[in-house]
Amino acid sequence: MSMALDILSWICLVSGGAFCIIGGFGLIRMPDFYTRVHAASVTETLGAGLVLLGLMFQAGVTLVCAKLIVIGILILFMSPTATHALTHAALERGLRPVLADGGGVPSKR
Amino acid sequence: MFETAAVALLVTLALALARAALGPTVFDRVQAANTVGTVAMLLLAVIGFLGGRPEFLDLAIVYGFLNVVGTIAVLKFFRYGSLGEPGEEERG
Repeated sequence: MSMALDILSWICLVSGGAFCIIGGFGLIRMPDFYTRVHAASVTETLGAGLVLLGLMFQAGVTLVCAKLIVIGILILFMSPTATHALTHAALERGLRPVLADGGGVPSKR
Repeated sequence: MFETAAVALLVTLALALARAALGPTVFDRVQAANTVGTVAMLLLAVIGFLGGRPEFLDLAIVYGFLNVVGTIAVLKFFRYGSLGEPGEEERG
């Protein structure tokens, strides 16, 4: 039983770390601001969720697990709010997205 | 296994810092700072398990709240040009 939990926790932690790195690479590689926001959301949803789930499997049903759930709820509520406010502020400030048909500002490359 | 997750989170942290240093607009930098905050929360939780001291989770919760307040304050500044001074309402 403990072995199965360890394996499950290992899978969750490693895939969560992999999704975090994917989000980080997207943050570097994406062409404009709005697509970078999309890449960062990978880190904040799937990466954070899987890492916290892996830690929960290690903690068992204890107070530590409750704290991990609080951290997960905090991330799931606060980071979309912050991202929405950020994107809205960028749009109000006149930052145009790069479009496929050549509208908006030209890409850096 | 915690070491693997910690190293992955550190790599993500480095990539987000690179974007914060490169970022052409200020919004890119704010988004990178937001990502750094989220990843730092996760890193604190993982380090707590790594050292066998789950008390670090409290630090992660506090850090998350501070991160959110900081992000919202910066965004309010960029949207309105100030953080709400006296007499702000009259300007409409």
